[in-house]
Amino acid sequence: MNASFRSIPRLLIGALALCAALGARAQLTIDITTSGARQVPIAVVPMAGEAGQPQSVSQVVGADLSRTGLFRLVDTTGITPLPSEPSQVSFPDWASRNAEALVIGKIEPSGDGRLEVRFRLFDVQKQSQLASYSYVVSPQQLRATAHRIADVIYEKLTGDKGVFSTKIAYVVKRNEHRFELQVADADGYNAQSILASNEPIMSPAWSPDGSRLAYVSFDQKKPMVVVQNLAEGTTKIVANFRGNNSAPAWSPDGRFLAVALSKDGLTQIYRIPATGGTPQRLTDSSDIDTQPAFSPDGQWIAFTSDRGGSPQLYRMPAGGGPAQRLTFEGNYNVGPRFSPDGKYLAFVQRTDGRYRIASLELATGQLLTLTDGTLDDSPSYAPNGKMILYEAQVGGRGQLAAVSGDGRVRQRLTSSAGDVQDPAWGPMPTN
Amino acid sequence: MKNIAVYLGLAILAAACASETPKSEAPVTEGGKATAPSTSQGTGSTSSPAQSADVQGNPLHDPNNVLSKRSVYFDFDSNVVKDEFRPLVQAHARYMVEHRDSRVRIEGNCDERGSREYNLALGQRRAEAVKKIMTVLGAPDARIETISYGEEKPVAMGHDESSWAKNRRADIKYAGE
Repeated sequence: MNASFRSIPRLLIGALALCAALGARAQLTIDITTSGARQVPIAVVPMAGEAGQPQSVSQVVGADLSRTGLFRLVDTTGITPLPSEPSQVSFPDWASRNAEALVIGKIEPSGDGRLEVRFRLFDVQKQSQLASYSYVVSPQQLRATAHRIADVIYEKLTGDKGVFSTKIAYVVKRNEHRFELQVADADGYNAQSILASNEPIMSPAWSPDGSRLAYVSFDQKKPMVVVQNLAEGTTKIVANFRGNNSAPAWSPDGRFLAVALSKDGLTQIYRIPATGGTPQRLTDSSDIDTQPAFSPDGQWIAFTSDRGGSPQLYRMPAGGGPAQRLTFEGNYNVGPRFSPDGKYLAFVQRTDGRYRIASLELATGQLLTLTDGTLDDSPSYAPNGKMILYEAQVGGRGQLAAVSGDGRVRQRLTSSAGDVQDPAWGPMPTN
Repeated sequence: MKNIAVYLGLAILAAACASETPKSEAPVTEGGKATAPSTSQGTGSTSSPAQSADVQGNPLHDPNNVLSKRSVYFDFDSNVVKDEFRPLVQAHARYMVEHRDSRVRIEGNCDERGSREYNLALGQRRAEAVKKIMTVLGAPDARIETISYGEEKPVAMGHDESSWAKNRRADIKYAGE
């Protein structure tokens, strides 16, 4: 199968212009630990023609795949010549190194200063080609192209969509008076500050199409909800009522935000147009109701409430109505986030004074503790549902970490920038 | 109670004397952000022997006045205003009753443990608990806003109980401060 992708998503192009300026410097470095998960041995051969390019495509592809914990990179040194065409592939060479999958490719000029990147994926055992794609891109787009290649390989070999072309947002607290909202590639590269403030920033949330971020700003010395358009850089205050305004969550159609407001007393959940307007109250308790999250089908809102004496997870119809309690174990279960398939909630659970990320299977009520930190917070599912990004406190500082939905693969994303807080994994890029 | 009545009388006097008084006595720990110390504005320099905080100073900033105390501290996971802080809260309630142009924002805070957004709501409930005492005493609801910084603006940076105790707090702030 051949396909030619001539258009890289617009979202990425802006980021890539900055990529050249930043070089290949990582803002976040990633450590991975796995336990028990089977890893597919894969050989990612250096591409012909990539040596002189600003970015090694094969290195990025290999790093993407190995970061998932589902792949083990097979050493490619010592095989000469390294294949870049199907006719040059000697499958026994790779079988002898126990590789189950093989990636080859080449990069050639295609005129106008652009490059053609072609890659092929093989099943070593069956000696058959699984995929072959080519992309015509500018040299600055090589890193994004590598992520797209990794997405194809990941999907061919696991059956799940890859998330290597997605973005993450998070808050960096550099000191008590310097807060930045940053957006970066899912591997931590190309970090850009989209907002800087000397007051705290909290709770970034991606619009379903990835074009906007809602967040909580304290710029006016109190929490208010702001929506920022990423491409235009424009911001709009959508909730600045008396008291607290916080915890924005997007409806799946991107038209509404569920927010937590205290304008009528204690914190309650309201629905408000994403462009601002009149809030409609959805909960009516005499306790705290906060941290709303829409189910992916738009039918439900999960939230935190302490109406039962301790903070627990509940859900109610998205338009408001009777709430159903979802958690019964322990006395602190807060901050629900739906998995993309709507079957699970990730949340923060307190056990013996330790705050950890856990998941709840809605159909069965089965709870699974996923992390082993002391102060974990803010879980956020990858758009393919395979990993959960969260904030972990390490040595008194917030750091980003990720864990697979089954708890077996763990990543720690270390930044030297300061406290890194409140991560939010963005949606799949739109073409 | 008798003391408070005296303070209130003095406060009215002070308010009548000067609408703007130096804030050099403002506790530096208040507000999270250090306000620039006022430097010899007008005649009311702090070293002037004529300056008697009891008579001319703003009672809200007179360190000998309970009204200069603005912070109510809470136990872990609690929004109960402890008895030791009731005189402080009551004094501010009476001040608000007497000063009809006064507006107050009560800012709740939490220690770092727990989920950020839930802590934001917990801090607001602490602020509400303080407000409730004040409104029962007649301070008007419309002039008291309760907000929260959650765990976002700690005054003590440590990761132990001594720091956490300082951060579980509601601060009473007057408009213009």
